[in-house]
Amino acid sequence: MTEVAFLLNGTPVRIAGEPATRTLLDWLRESRGLTGTKEGCNEGDCGACTAMVTDEAGARALNACILFLPQLHGKAVRTVEGLAAPDGTPHPVQAAMVAHHGSQCGFCTPGFVVSMAVGHLNGRRDHDDVLAGNLCRCTGYAPIIRAAEAAESAPVPEALKADRNFILAQLPQGAPIGAPSVQAPIGAGGSAPGAFRPTTADELAAWYQANPDATLIAGATDVGLWVTKQLRDLAPVAFLNGIAEMQVITRQGDSLRIGAGVTVEALRQAIAPLHPSFAAMLRRYASLQIRNAATIGGNIANGSPIGDGPPPLIALGATLHLRQGDSRREMPMEAFFLDYRKQDRRPGEFVEALTIPATAPALRVYKLSKRFDQDISAVCGAFNVTVEGGLVTGARIAFGGMAGIPKRAAATEAALLGQSWSAATIEAAAAAMAGDFSPLSDMRASAGYRMQTAQNMLRRYLHDLAGETVSVLEVEA
Amino acid sequence: MSAGLPLPHDSAPLQVSGAARYTDDIPLPAGALHLAFGTSPVAHGDIRGLDLSAVRAAPGVVAVLSAEDFAEMPDCSPSIHDEPLLAVGRVHYLGQPVFLVAAESHLAARKAARLAKFDIAPLPALLTVDDALAANSRFEQGPVIWTKGDAAAAIAAAPHLVEGTFEVGGQEHFYLEGQVAAALPLEDGVHVYSSTQHPSEIQHKVAHALHLPMSAVRVEVRRMGGGFGGKESQGNALAIACAVVASRTGRAAKMRYDRDDDMMITGKRHDLRIRYRVGHDATGKILGVEFTHLFRCGWSQDLSLPVADRAMLHADNCYHLPDIRIESHRLKTNTQSATAYRGFGGPQGMVGIERVLDHVAFAVGRDPLEVRRANFYRAAGPTGPGTGHRFGGAHSPVNSAPQTTPYHMEVEDFIGHELVAELEKSSNYQARRAEIAAWNTKNPILKRGIALTPVKFGISFTLTWLNQAGALVHVYQDGSIIVNHGGTEMGQGLFQKVAQVAAGVFGVDTGAVKITATDTAKVPNTSATAASSGSDLNGMAVRTACETLRGRLADFIADKHGVPAASVRFEGGLVHVAGEAHDFARVAAWAYQARVSLSSTGFYATPKITWDRVKGRGRPFFYFAYGAAVTEVVIDRLTGENRILRTDILHDTGTSLNPAIDIGQIEGAYVQGAGWLTTEELVWDGKGRLTTHAPSTYKIPACSDRPRVFNVALWDRPNREDSVGKSKAVGEPPFMLGISALYALSNAVAACGDGSRYVALDAPATAERVLMAVRRQEGREEFSDENSSAGGPDV
Repeated sequence: MTEVAFLLNGTPVRIAGEPATRTLLDWLRESRGLTGTKEGCNEGDCGACTAMVTDEAGARALNACILFLPQLHGKAVRTVEGLAAPDGTPHPVQAAMVAHHGSQCGFCTPGFVVSMAVGHLNGRRDHDDVLAGNLCRCTGYAPIIRAAEAAESAPVPEALKADRNFILAQLPQGAPIGAPSVQAPIGAGGSAPGAFRPTTADELAAWYQANPDATLIAGATDVGLWVTKQLRDLAPVAFLNGIAEMQVITRQGDSLRIGAGVTVEALRQAIAPLHPSFAAMLRRYASLQIRNAATIGGNIANGSPIGDGPPPLIALGATLHLRQGDSRREMPMEAFFLDYRKQDRRPGEFVEALTIPATAPALRVYKLSKRFDQDISAVCGAFNVTVEGGLVTGARIAFGGMAGIPKRAAATEAALLGQSWSAATIEAAAAAMAGDFSPLSDMRASAGYRMQTAQNMLRRYLHDLAGETVSVLEVEA
Repeated sequence: MSAGLPLPHDSAPLQVSGAARYTDDIPLPAGALHLAFGTSPVAHGDIRGLDLSAVRAAPGVVAVLSAEDFAEMPDCSPSIHDEPLLAVGRVHYLGQPVFLVAAESHLAARKAARLAKFDIAPLPALLTVDDALAANSRFEQGPVIWTKGDAAAAIAAAPHLVEGTFEVGGQEHFYLEGQVAAALPLEDGVHVYSSTQHPSEIQHKVAHALHLPMSAVRVEVRRMGGGFGGKESQGNALAIACAVVASRTGRAAKMRYDRDDDMMITGKRHDLRIRYRVGHDATGKILGVEFTHLFRCGWSQDLSLPVADRAMLHADNCYHLPDIRIESHRLKTNTQSATAYRGFGGPQGMVGIERVLDHVAFAVGRDPLEVRRANFYRAAGPTGPGTGHRFGGAHSPVNSAPQTTPYHMEVEDFIGHELVAELEKSSNYQARRAEIAAWNTKNPILKRGIALTPVKFGISFTLTWLNQAGALVHVYQDGSIIVNHGGTEMGQGLFQKVAQVAAGVFGVDTGAVKITATDTAKVPNTSATAASSGSDLNGMAVRTACETLRGRLADFIADKHGVPAASVRFEGGLVHVAGEAHDFARVAAWAYQARVSLSSTGFYATPKITWDRVKGRGRPFFYFAYGAAVTEVVIDRLTGENRILRTDILHDTGTSLNPAIDIGQIEGAYVQGAGWLTTEELVWDGKGRLTTHAPSTYKIPACSDRPRVFNVALWDRPNREDSVGKSKAVGEPPFMLGISALYALSNAVAACGDGSRYVALDAPATAERVLMAVRRQEGREEFSDENSSAGGPDV
C-alpha cells in the first residue's frame, strides 16, 4: 500500500509494506513493542486501546483496535507511553490517577489515562462523556472521576501542544482551519494495489465508479469489526478521511448541508444549538472515541436498522445526496432504505452529503438501550409533529430497531394528522402503531418490549412537549 | 507503622505510564507460536468427522492438534477430571474447544481456526433449569439438603405465608485482560506465564498433561488485568495448550483468547432459580423458611459444588432463621461451565433471603428496613477480659448466648444492629424515604425508590485445607527486602497490603520492600487467591517470616550489645539497641558478616475452623465481614429505564490495612454487584449459543452508571479474631452491597401500583424487566417476548 507517515509520540515514522487494514493497536504492540496500549475487546467497546490522535482540528481520542494505519496519515499519535514529559515528569492526569487510587488491576488504565489527557487538553470537564467509552471493572469509576477533577486546572504539558504545531507546520498556507484534512506530505491521493486515499470527492467518485466492489472506509467503527471479528479481507479499499470537502457543514438558507464525512461528534456539536434533543441523543449514540471516528454518511450508507442517525434525520425530513461518477441524485432519507441491509444505492455510488432543516422546534429523539452510554439502541424513536391551532398539521415519526430498516411510522402519523393534539389522539395513534411495525426479539429486547416502549415514547412525547420532566437523567437524589 | 496507611497501589505509577507488564506484554523468544482454539458450533453432539485440511493449509499455520493427536487427552478440570482440553468424541456446549491451531501470529491462528469442517450428529441439548430437571441431569446423586429445626412445621404453624419464585441471572466476569498464558520450553520442563489466580493449579495441571513432576513446571504471574474468580480455573486450558505445544515443538507458545472467544468458551457466575416458602408473623418476623436453589452449572463440574454450598451458607445473611430447610440442586446443562465469581455463590444465596425480606415486608405493610432489623441476629455481646461475656460473669447480658446459623455455627460477632443504625442515620434514610414517597405522588411518569440492605459474609475457604499460606522473605546485605508469597495480584492491592505488613515488622518504609511475582518455584502448594482470603492468609504467612528474620536480627544485635533481644526496636528505618540507633541496612550487613541467615519462610493455617459439608454442620468461617448499603434509584414507568441516584455505604474491614485500597474495593464491588442485578444480562438462544458474547451486547456498568452521589465509609473497628493487623477480608463482601440497588428498584416499581400485588422483580432488573414489573403493578397485561414476524433488527 501507499506509504503512511505520522508522528508517533513526537517522532516521525514512515511505514510501508503493511496491509491496509493493519490496526494501529496491532502495529503498536507487535511491531513497535509499545505494549502500554491494551487490547480489551478488539471492537471499540472498552477503550483499553485508546490513543490520542491530533490533526489541525485538534486532539481526539480514538480506539486503536479499529483504527487502520492509513487513517493516521499526516496526523500525530500519542500513546500512553508518550504522555509524560521528556524528563519523565508524569502528565497531570497520570499523577492524579496515582494519587486518587484510580487504578486497581491497571489494564484499563492506559486507555483511561489517554482519554483523560485528551479531555484535559481540550478543557473538557464533562468526565462522564469523556470516559463513556472506557470500561473499568475494578474501581466503580469513582476514584477515576476524582482524579480527572483533580487534574482539571493543571497546565497542558508542552509536548502535547507541540503535536498540533507540528501538524500545522505541514499545512499549506491558507488552508482553512477546521477542515479536518491534511495535504499529506507524501503519497497522498496515490493509487496503490488494494488501497486508495483520495483527497477530493471527484477522485473518490472516479475511482469508486471504476472499483464498485471496493469497500469505502470512513471512520471504520463498523468496518473495523469486519476485519477484527469477521476476519475478512477487504481489498480493494478506499480511505475517505483525507477528503476535506466532505467533512464540512454549511448553512444554506433554512437548511444545513452536512458532508457525509462529518463525524458524529462534529455533527453533535454543530446541531446542539439548533436541534438540542437530536444532539442529546447523539451524545448517547456511542462513546466519544466512536463518535470521533464514525461519520454520519457511514451511519446512513451502512443501512443498519439500528443505526441512530437515520430515525431523527427521517423525522427532520432530511434529503440524501448520492453521487456516482459525475452523476448526482437526491432522495428523501427514508426512501434510501429499501429492505433489511438493502439500500437504494447503485454500484459505485456513494453518499456525498445530506441536507436537513435548520429548525424543528418540536423534534424529540428518544434512545432506549440496556445501558445508557456506549450501547446500541433497542429502540430509537424520533418525533416531529407540527400542531397549529390545536390540530396536528404535520407529523414525521421514525424508528430504529422496530423493523429491518429505519422506518417511518406511517399509520401512526395518519392517526395523528388532522386530529386535536391530546391524550386521546395519542392513544389512538399508539394503537395504530401496532400496524406500522412487527419488531423482533433479540438479546437487546423482546418484540413485545420494543412495541410497548415505541408506543410509550409517543406518550412521553406528549408530556415532553408540555414541558414535563420525562427523563430519569434529569432527576437527582 | 506502615500498615494502615492509605498508600497507592504499588503498581500505580507503572500502570498509568503503560509500563506495567501483563502476560501478553512479556517479550518472547523469536519464533514463538500463537495459539487459538477451534470451537464447537453446536451445543451437544457426537463428532462424526472433523476435516482440518483447510486449517492446516492456512497461511502461517505450524501445527494443528485434535483428539486424535493425543494418546491421553489432558484434563483441565479443577475438580473431577471431566474437562478434556479438546473434545473427545462428543461436544457438550457451543463454544467447547475441539482443536488447537499453532501459527506464526495471533491473527493467523484465529483465521485458521475458523476453517474447519465439522460433521457433528446433534444430540438433544439441555439448556435450561427446566430441561435439566426434566432429564434429572445433575452433579451429585441428588439435591443437597441442610436443615435446622423443622421448617415445614414452623411454616404450617405461622399466621402468614408468602411464597414465590425468583430468577437470578448469571454474570460474565469481564476482566479487562482476557485469558492469556505463555509457555517457554526448558531443557527439562516448562516455564509458564499465566494470568491466573491459582498458579499451583496451573502447575499441577500442566505437570499432569506433560507427565512431568510438578517440580519440572514453574508458573509465574506478576499481575492479572482483573480476575474476579474468572481466573481461578478458567486459565487451565490455555496454559496446558501452551505447554503442550511448547513441549512438542520446542518453541515458545502463547495463547490469548479474543474477547468473543473468551466469553463463548469460559464459565461465568452461576444463574439460578430460587423457590421460597416463608411463614411469618404480623410484624414480619420470619418463623420458618424453605428454600430451593436450582443452579445451572453447565457442562462440567468445575467449582459448582462449593459455589452452590456457599449459596446455602449465605441463605441466612444477617437474619436468624430458627427453622429452615435448604435444598440445592446442581444441574448439568449443555452450556459453558459456570465457575467462581466474586462471592462464589454467596451473592446468589443472599439475594434470595433479601427477596424474602422484601416480600414479607410487602405482606405486612412495613418499611422493609424495620422488617429486616426485626429478623437480625442478636447483637454480639461485649468480649474480652473484664466484660464478663467470655466468663459468664454477673454482668453478662441475659440474652447474650449467640444464635446459630442454618449450618449450626454460632454467630459470635454480629454487628449489624449498630452498623445499620449508623448508616441509617448518616444516609438520612428515614427522611429521604418520606421525601421520596411525597415526590412520587407528584410525578406520574418517574418514580423513585430506596432500600437498605445489609451484608454478612463468611470468611474462609469452605474446603478447610485450603486455608493455608506460605511466604518467603529475604533480607539482602544492603538492607533491601524481597517478599514473596502464594497470593496473586489481580488489582485488589494484595501485594501492597502485604508489603505494608512486612515493612511494619522491620520498621522500614514500605518502599524498601520489593514486591515480586508469584512463583511456584519460590512458594509451593499455594491455594487460589480467592474467597477474599489473600491478605488474611498471605499477610499472616509473610508476617511470620518477617518476624523470624527480625528475631534473628534482634538476637544478633542484642548479643553484640549485651542487652536482651526484647529491648531491640525496629522503627523508622532504624534499629534501636542499647541507646544507639543503627540504619537497618547496616545491621543487615553486620548480620550477614556474622553469618546470620537472612532468609526465612513463613507459614499460616487459619485456626478454629471445622466443617462437614455433607451434614451441613460446623464452623466453616473464621469470622464474618459485615456491611450495609442504602441505594436510591429512579425509574421511568414508560420504558423501565432507571438510574442509581445515590448510594451510601458503611462497610466493616476491621482495622483496615490500607483504607484507600479498601475503599477502592468497596466502591468497585458495589458497582459490579449492582451491574449483576441491573444491566448485565446473559442471553442464550434456543440452540445454546450465547448471544451476548462481547461488550457490544453484554453491558457492564459504564462511567455514568456509578451512583451520582456515592458515600463510602469504613466501620473501622478491629476484628475480634486474631487476623493480620485485626483487619478483615474485603474482596467479596462488598459485592453484595449491590443487592440494595435491586430492592431500591423494587421499591420504585411498587410506587406504580396500589399496594395489592408484590413487585416480584427478577434479576437482572433490566429496563425491560422493570417495565414488565411496572405493568403488573398497573394491572396491565404483560407484553410478549415472541417474535411477531421476520425482518426485524439485526444483531
